[in-house]
Amino acid sequence: MANRTVQFEIKRQASPDGPAVWERFELEWRPGMNVISAMMEIAANPVTADGRPTTPITYDSNCLEEICGSCAMRINGKARMACSSLVDNLEQPIRLEPLSKFPLVRDLQVDRSVLFKNLMRVKAWVPVDGTYDLGSGPRVYPQQQEVNYPLSNCISCTCCMEVCPQFNEQTGFVGAATIAQVRLFNNHPTGKVLKEDRLRALAGDGGIQECGYAQNCVKACPKQIPLTNAIADVGRDVIGQKVKDWLRG
Amino acid sequence: MATPRIIVVGGGLAGLAAVIKIAEAGGSVDLFSIVPVKRSHSVCAQGGINAAKNLKGEGDTTWQHFDDTIYGGDFLANQTPVKAMCEAAPAIIDLLDRMGVPFNRTPEGLLDFRRFGGTLYNRTAFAGATTGQQLLYALDEQVRRYEAEGKVKKYEGWEFLSAIIDSKGVARGITALDLRSMELRAFAADAIILATGGIGAIFGKSTNSVVCTGSAQSAVFQQGVYYANGEFIQVHPTSIPGEDKLRLMSESARGEGGRVWVPRKAGDNRPAKQIPESERFYFLEEWYPKYGNLVPRDVATRAIHKVVYELGLGLDGQAMVYLDLTHIDRETLDRKLGGILEIYEKFVGVDPHVEPMKIFPGMHYTMGGLWVDFDQMTSVPGIFAAGECEYQYHGANRLGANSLVSCIFGGFHAGPNAMQYAKSLPAVEGDGGAAAELARQAEINKKLMNNEGSENPFRLWRELGQTMTEHATVIRQNKGLEKADAKIVELLDRFKRVNLSDKSQWANTSFAFARQLKNMLELSRTITQGAILRDESRGAHYKPDYPERNDEKFLKTTKASFTGTCEGPRFEYEDVDTQYITPRARRYDAAK
Repeated sequence: MANRTVQFEIKRQASPDGPAVWERFELEWRPGMNVISAMMEIAANPVTADGRPTTPITYDSNCLEEICGSCAMRINGKARMACSSLVDNLEQPIRLEPLSKFPLVRDLQVDRSVLFKNLMRVKAWVPVDGTYDLGSGPRVYPQQQEVNYPLSNCISCTCCMEVCPQFNEQTGFVGAATIAQVRLFNNHPTGKVLKEDRLRALAGDGGIQECGYAQNCVKACPKQIPLTNAIADVGRDVIGQKVKDWLRG
Repeated sequence: MATPRIIVVGGGLAGLAAVIKIAEAGGSVDLFSIVPVKRSHSVCAQGGINAAKNLKGEGDTTWQHFDDTIYGGDFLANQTPVKAMCEAAPAIIDLLDRMGVPFNRTPEGLLDFRRFGGTLYNRTAFAGATTGQQLLYALDEQVRRYEAEGKVKKYEGWEFLSAIIDSKGVARGITALDLRSMELRAFAADAIILATGGIGAIFGKSTNSVVCTGSAQSAVFQQGVYYANGEFIQVHPTSIPGEDKLRLMSESARGEGGRVWVPRKAGDNRPAKQIPESERFYFLEEWYPKYGNLVPRDVATRAIHKVVYELGLGLDGQAMVYLDLTHIDRETLDRKLGGILEIYEKFVGVDPHVEPMKIFPGMHYTMGGLWVDFDQMTSVPGIFAAGECEYQYHGANRLGANSLVSCIFGGFHAGPNAMQYAKSLPAVEGDGGAAAELARQAEINKKLMNNEGSENPFRLWRELGQTMTEHATVIRQNKGLEKADAKIVELLDRFKRVNLSDKSQWANTSFAFARQLKNMLELSRTITQGAILRDESRGAHYKPDYPERNDEKFLKTTKASFTGTCEGPRFEYEDVDTQYITPRARRYDAAK
């Protein structure tokens, strides 16, 4: 019996302004194989299904445990993490494409630094006084921790931004991940001292009002973060802040 | 004088901790990282961070933490820095708590603690089963705050290639490669701090992340920095074997009551649930009644190895044993271990709430690393190191949940010390050697890019990983180690004939990998040869031919220096600082 194989179709693009081409690969099937191990196999033997030598695939990856957020890409049309995409659960040929909403670098690698800029814009941090020993932190009850912890699990993979119809150049929308971080830091006993700054940062163009409630984000999130709840909560607070600012003149 | 300019290489916990201290003290930092710092390997740490805060009324003290760490490390760690770390740990937890880390809480709103391996105290603070991720994010957020204030400049997507060292042997900056444009550049600095993490890639598959190649450590090792205790490699008892890597199954699974077992009878292939208690062999609990499933990692790893390979009791005849959580209720498991159970289910396709997990030991951590003094400075003035890339805090075996605290403590220590050093540094003469170093690197790059031959770097890497895993992990025999060392020499020779299938000058991952591979090969000899020379068993280093610890001969730090010859590194030995706790026999079958 012939060895079982796995078929891949991978979208290649050598540079941001180069042409995109599809390459087909046929690899030997192995138990437990995921999309990353397939690309590792291609790197060790860079030959297409029709026997042409090619280059190893360029893609982002690091932890391979779905916690670093690096390896997001479109797999059979769906934005997801390559490491946790097991070959046995995917329809073949498995089609790999880069995320489409971010500047392409090469092959499956894109530039997602916009998310980190957004996090800076909303001051997604707790403004501690300093790192010297100032005693213990504020009391946080388990009920509160259980709200914050899931929000803090965001791995910055940007899947929620990729699938959002409103996340594009026209709107300049910050996207669900950033809004969820605003919810997180506004809920922290010390973090909330910057609450007004954060809400104002989300009040203008590209802010929370761009959300069209498509709810794609919450379905795409590999960490099951309650993104739509966070958007609803923060949306209410942004309106409250606007009213307050208007009354204050 | 002008503001000191410090370069930090690596954006994991140690690097970010150093950056924060420098920025806070008014220094200016350039932060280099291969990946966006928020994606660093520290996110993979799961179980928790140790600090003797004694919030459970057990009478825990920082001295107990110190003693457990030294004892767990089989007395190889210098005691002064370890003592300082354990004393600083409670305040580090408080700081992280103030920064907003969502640690698990008691009903009263205080920090909750759990038990980890190698101790009898509940000393480990945790944020679910993703503590490393939560800690890294807290530091990442503080660094972003300093970045917004213009005190930190990030170079993400840049790889460190080498230190720039002047004619007096003093570091004056670094060379680095932009992994997109492939541009090579020199960056000047008054001091540099390497916080470049682990070396898992030398073993092919490990629990480490893709960037953990040890390439930066190796580069400075080849430039004259000592590498210490390289032979001490931690193999984590519980990992999930995979095609692309070995995924960690946290020690916290045992800390929360997980039990390791196999069927008593070889070949008993009934489903786990149908095997009655009396026919299960809870070998850790039987062999180590005092610590049970929470013996230190080296002890648990060797026990699993023995059960599988000597007693032939692996599940279905394979190299696997059960790690069982099914006796614990779902709600508790989800609250305390949610993250890791989800990972197991995602990658294995089996629900660990219902069926015991199948696990096996996997390469996890290097206790060895760049030699540093008590101020975190290496043997080359101006090059500091912190975190897993240096050797200082774990001796011959690291205790679970001590890595996060050692990273942060090391970074907190290295940052201010680098500032202090920079303030009294004589001005640089000329360019400090930058042009010469840049030319040397450009030459290496050109040669590699134009090299002719038939070797594929990814295939050479697989061979390296296989030989290192076979000969230099759980069980070590001098014959096997010599074989591995010879194999490395062969691979170094074949590397000369590496032919990159990608010759482009844009985001060329093969090129970057080939440079890392060369460094992995050079560094791996500190492991094989260091292990050959150490004819004893201590902590993670176990030689059946020399089963006892030999303090008379080997209560010493191994220091390797690069020679550039085919014989490999030169070795010397340094006395260990044992001024506080007199070395005693290490055993876990009884209270210590």
